[in-house]
Amino acid sequence: MNSLPSDYYSVFGIAPTLALDLPELQRQFYVLSKQFHPDRFARASAAEQQYALDFTSLLNDAWRVLRDPVSRAEYLLKQQGLEPGDSRTNPPPPELLEEVFELNMALEELRAGDGDARGPIAEALDRFLAMRDQLDRDREALFVRYDDQRDAATLGDLRALLNRRRYIENLVRDAQQALS
Amino acid sequence: MSVLQIDFGDDSPSSPPRVVGIDLGTTNSLVAYLDLTAPKVIPGADGSPLVPSIVHFPASGEPVVGAAAQQALLTDPHNTVYSAKRLMGRGAADVAGELSLLPFSLAAGSESVIRLAVGGREVTPPEVGAYVLRQLKQNAEAVLGEPVTQAVITVPAYFNDAQRQATKDAGRIAGLEVLRLVNEPTAAALAYGLDKRQNGTIAVYDFGGGTFDISILKLQEGLFEVLATNGDTHLGGDDIDNLLLRVALEDIASEWGRDLSSDNEAIQRLRRAVIDAKHELSTLPATTIAFDYDGREYRRHLPREVFDKLITPIIDRTLGPCRSCLADAGLTPEQIDEVVLVGGSTRIPLVRQAVRALFKAEPHTELNPDEVVALGAAVQAGILSGEVEDQLLLDVTPLSLGIETMGGVVSKLILRNSTIPASATEQFTTAVDGQRNVLIHVLQGERELAKDCRSLARFDLKDIDPVMAGMARIEVRFLIDANGILNVSAKDLRTGKEQSVEIKPSYGLTDEQVEAMILESFDKAEEDFKERQVRETRVEADRVLAAVEKAKQSDAWFELPASEQAGIDQALNELLLSYHGDDYVLIQSKMEALDHASRGLAETMMNSAVRGALKGTKIE
Repeated sequence: MNSLPSDYYSVFGIAPTLALDLPELQRQFYVLSKQFHPDRFARASAAEQQYALDFTSLLNDAWRVLRDPVSRAEYLLKQQGLEPGDSRTNPPPPELLEEVFELNMALEELRAGDGDARGPIAEALDRFLAMRDQLDRDREALFVRYDDQRDAATLGDLRALLNRRRYIENLVRDAQQALS
Repeated sequence: MSVLQIDFGDDSPSSPPRVVGIDLGTTNSLVAYLDLTAPKVIPGADGSPLVPSIVHFPASGEPVVGAAAQQALLTDPHNTVYSAKRLMGRGAADVAGELSLLPFSLAAGSESVIRLAVGGREVTPPEVGAYVLRQLKQNAEAVLGEPVTQAVITVPAYFNDAQRQATKDAGRIAGLEVLRLVNEPTAAALAYGLDKRQNGTIAVYDFGGGTFDISILKLQEGLFEVLATNGDTHLGGDDIDNLLLRVALEDIASEWGRDLSSDNEAIQRLRRAVIDAKHELSTLPATTIAFDYDGREYRRHLPREVFDKLITPIIDRTLGPCRSCLADAGLTPEQIDEVVLVGGSTRIPLVRQAVRALFKAEPHTELNPDEVVALGAAVQAGILSGEVEDQLLLDVTPLSLGIETMGGVVSKLILRNSTIPASATEQFTTAVDGQRNVLIHVLQGERELAKDCRSLARFDLKDIDPVMAGMARIEVRFLIDANGILNVSAKDLRTGKEQSVEIKPSYGLTDEQVEAMILESFDKAEEDFKERQVRETRVEADRVLAAVEKAKQSDAWFELPASEQAGIDQALNELLLSYHGDDYVLIQSKMEALDHASRGLAETMMNSAVRGALKGTKIE
């Protein structure tokens, strides 16, 4: 019996790059699913059934993580021994301090029943969304740079960017929840 | 064609057992199989494929299932269980609200598994389900002429782990190896996809007797990929019945000055009357609820507009899950190519109207909404048996899976709508020097706090090597299999050894309890099957004996050499001798022997028949 692939990239038999051809990856996901899904082994030996189950769960986990650029980058960082920072304990990025303070004030006012606070929250939300878009563009550039140079410095930059993005993502979520 | 030729069917031991597809419904259940390439539902003795999911437990004697038990709902409501699916995988506290409307009562100790006190005994919902499954198994065996031991059983997509496990337990108790649990809307898509075979995005709106599901799938070259699913396992036609029942009871209370709400027989009769009215309103603009009881008459005119107004809140409850499902799939209603309706409640015009308005598309209703899930289950059975090779289901888990961490907060490990099988690993350590056990509380649900999620089980990591606090490294793997059921395994990373895990399910039966129920029913089921086989073989033998006796009166008999006549007589006697025994295999082999011995007789008869025919024909 074959041993299981050791990581998400080798499930697909591809090199561990940050930029990926998603349509091709999806095609490969379907091909492998058709080949290894437990439904194809219902009449097989117990060992084969177990392998089909283990391989397919790994395949599904791999596809789920790799298809999303952010979770893919986090996965690769973790593989390289760079755990992401904990967004709950990390201090807000200094340049965001003022923004965060103002948002929290507005959220507080809205909770207290001040409907006028919706305007500033919506404006803040737009700014955060724009920041997120910019970060995603920067991330794409870092992906290309890392795939080219495969250097620790780029990974460090990427880790910092993802922490910042996670922080903004939380702000977006809070603002959207307050407005909905 | 020989008059004596007997088709014994193909019972070569090498052919793998057939897998049937079963829809174990709240109101009705069905069994289907794959005939060549088309799925077919299997009718029962009464000719109908629908077996009402009702079991009557008389004070003495064997339980009665299906249409035969329906009558007992009126005559012996305390001992007649219906809608047991709503109780699957639940505890007494979960069903307190609706129990007031059910005629049967709970036994003590129903906290983690409901125990119904009926017919002087206690039964759990999986056992009730097992009675229904056994009936379906028998219906299938009667039609297919072979033992049925493997099945695909469908469950509501939104069923949690305990409800799935309870369904699987029901199968095991009924003597069925459950090869796969398939989500009902997915099965329906499979049944529709089989003859359509196009690519596109479809929504399946499944509104049954007791549950509601919505699933959105992407169809692509035989691959049925579920993008998202949502639902409510406590929302169905039953709720409409209960609503109408309440209205009628209030009416009667004011008209007759009499409260019937604790009169079980009256309630069951009235329930029948409001269900009949509901059914009629699917095709008629107005109807009358007619109820005669105790020499009194109740008549209530019910136009469809009034009915629609009454049930609007119930129908509206299906729309929230639909919107969430669309959002989870990342789609707008306009991006749905096809909408498929499943479940008896989708016959209600208001339901169709609501679906049409939400998805802006004309829903498909070509397949019988009562049968489509069973048909799809049969297709999935064909996929598992290898008969269907060009299709595959990729389903998802409906609920997020997590573990309780400090402060009662849930840490999510596998998110809802993840394609299954799916897994997650997590490392655990000890907090105290020499600690031997770690308890992991696993939950299902979307909320942040453990108290708001559904407790699945507590997993006890036992016999951990006693080391200093924080030094133990136990890796726990959570795996949701293709049935949507959680499997947990653990490894001690320091020693590389498998770590023993004791499972304490929060709801449902333990493995030992299920085993005991299987043992109890196994002998009986085996006996039942044998008895039926013997009876059926005798019927076959009667036919053969009659044919041979008739042949012996023909001219052909007297043309046979004496040795052949003696051979036939001997085979005939041997069949007669085996006939009253209970060894159906022996009867069958004696029938075969007689068939073989009488081949010459059959040929002679054929020839004289041909000669006779030629004699009467003028040859130019």
